[in-house]
Amino acid sequence: MKKINVDKVFGAVNIALLLLIAFIMLYPLYFVIIASFSDPYETVLGNVTFWIKGFTLTCYKQIFKYDEIWIGYRNSIIYTFLGTIFNLVLTIPAAYGLSKKKLMFRKGINTYFLIPMIFSGGLLPTFLQIKKMGLYNEPYTMILLGGVSIYNMIITRTYFTNSIPESLYEAADIDGCSDIKQFIKIALPLAKPIIAVIALYYAVGRWNAYFNAMIYLNNKEYYPLQLVLKNILINSQIKISDLDVTGMDTDELLYITQLQYVAQSMKYGIVFVASVPMLIIYPFVQKYFVKGVMVGSIKG
Amino acid sequence: MQSKTRKLKKFLKQWQLYLLILPAAVYLLIFNYQPMYGVQIAFRDFSIRDGIWGSEWVGLKYIKQFIEYPNFKLLLGNTLRLGVYTLAVFPCPVIFALMLNEVRNNKLKKSIQMISYMPYFLSTVVVCSLLMIFTDKDAGVINTLIEALGGTRMDFMTEAAWFDDLYVWSAVWKNMGFDAIIYIAALSSVPEELVEAARIDGANRLKIIWHVNIPSILPTIVIMLILASGHILGVGYEKVLLLQNDLNLSASQIISTYVYELGIRGGQFSYSSAIGLFNNVVNVLILWIVNTISKKVSETGLW
Repeated sequence: MKKINVDKVFGAVNIALLLLIAFIMLYPLYFVIIASFSDPYETVLGNVTFWIKGFTLTCYKQIFKYDEIWIGYRNSIIYTFLGTIFNLVLTIPAAYGLSKKKLMFRKGINTYFLIPMIFSGGLLPTFLQIKKMGLYNEPYTMILLGGVSIYNMIITRTYFTNSIPESLYEAADIDGCSDIKQFIKIALPLAKPIIAVIALYYAVGRWNAYFNAMIYLNNKEYYPLQLVLKNILINSQIKISDLDVTGMDTDELLYITQLQYVAQSMKYGIVFVASVPMLIIYPFVQKYFVKGVMVGSIKG
Repeated sequence: MQSKTRKLKKFLKQWQLYLLILPAAVYLLIFNYQPMYGVQIAFRDFSIRDGIWGSEWVGLKYIKQFIEYPNFKLLLGNTLRLGVYTLAVFPCPVIFALMLNEVRNNKLKKSIQMISYMPYFLSTVVVCSLLMIFTDKDAGVINTLIEALGGTRMDFMTEAAWFDDLYVWSAVWKNMGFDAIIYIAALSSVPEELVEAARIDGANRLKIIWHVNIPSILPTIVIMLILASGHILGVGYEKVLLLQNDLNLSASQIISTYVYELGIRGGQFSYSSAIGLFNNVVNVLILWIVNTISKKVSETGLW
């Protein structure tokens, strides 16, 4: 009798705790969304907790007129799209080549690929190298940098080794099919799931990165979204002169406080606007992420 | 002699495979290996005008300068503290996975899991902004809660004492769900008979977790732990830079952000390269030591 009770109590406490965790995961973003639709003054007073107070679209009207964000959006889309293609073109053929057991000097080449995972030249030598190559403040630098993630390459290599039966290649060998043809005709079609996985890994990484843009770009026209966000959200650099002030109080003091409230509430909206693409795609792509973790966990 | 020509023939026959590997290999040569070669500026008085070879060799001058720098201990201490703290929350995703594994209702389990990795898809900039919004002294929800409970509002972001907690727990918030995936997968392959046998022997659920589930996923835990401990000094500058401000600097200035400040913003190329190199070498050393210990103790290792 007693044993059953212990298990039941455990089950109930466990679910309660998990629900609390789920709430903590969701609430910050939920709060930002309701705050962005609420009267800025109510939010500052701390009256917004679980539902919108004093519905208004002021914040979004301001955001839509704030050019920097949309330029950043455009740049991020370009960098992410082209950059991910560049990643795939480098990663997948190499992973295929390295998965072949017949490859001579395979061990040596593998080591060559593994060393950068453990040791790097560091921030400054890399920075100087990029500068020396004339890549400073060029938009395409954002595409070139981060070209190969060794981790992603290992995952892909493991997939090629474990999921495509050797007999398929043997048959092709007998037919006199060349290595490149085998790669394109046999391996690539079968590798679609892993290509989706690492394309997503790369794309999410690129979309969310800000650091390289911060050190290698100078021209604001080239800034990706995350760097624009950093300047607005972290460094609080909303340009008051860019705000739409129609309909605001003309009394100078009130006017300034109003501007501050608007700037504050814009932050909520911006966090939401910036996260929307990821929030839309993540329920659809999360299963691929899970798959990637599983493939990666098998030592190949 | 003959075998040599045969080997050569085999090598030449594989040229297409090498062609497939070539682009990535060249990329690494330019963007990874060349900077490694360039790391020697840490031992030279580098100036852009003279180039690497034209700059005077000064040996360990800059490494020494860093070790003798009055704030050396502070930087190393901050870096280590953040690293060790990050390592200390390593069990969070393991515990979360074990808890989730106990949920019998499949729909609920799937929903909680899906919610749990939503934060992983948010960018570091967004996560840090959320942190600032929530800890804001005037409008932050956390402060509203503190006041409602009878406490006084405080400014977490500018308080050095709070920096570590904010840094580490926001990372747990972001990564826990995603990091748990691997353990959840490992738990799903625990043989049902084992659990059943334990139940027949009269073990309750907690006992089954302790004696069956945890031992089953231990190899996975060990591998992940080795990987995680390799990052003790590898605390990333990307997030720390975002949370750093003049008032919390005594806790938030770490080796890698110092490298950034001196090198990129201050233009002290050689000195900051030396500091970066120091950090990197210590890191590799720690990884190597942990791996060796693990191989001896549990026969699991990275290489």
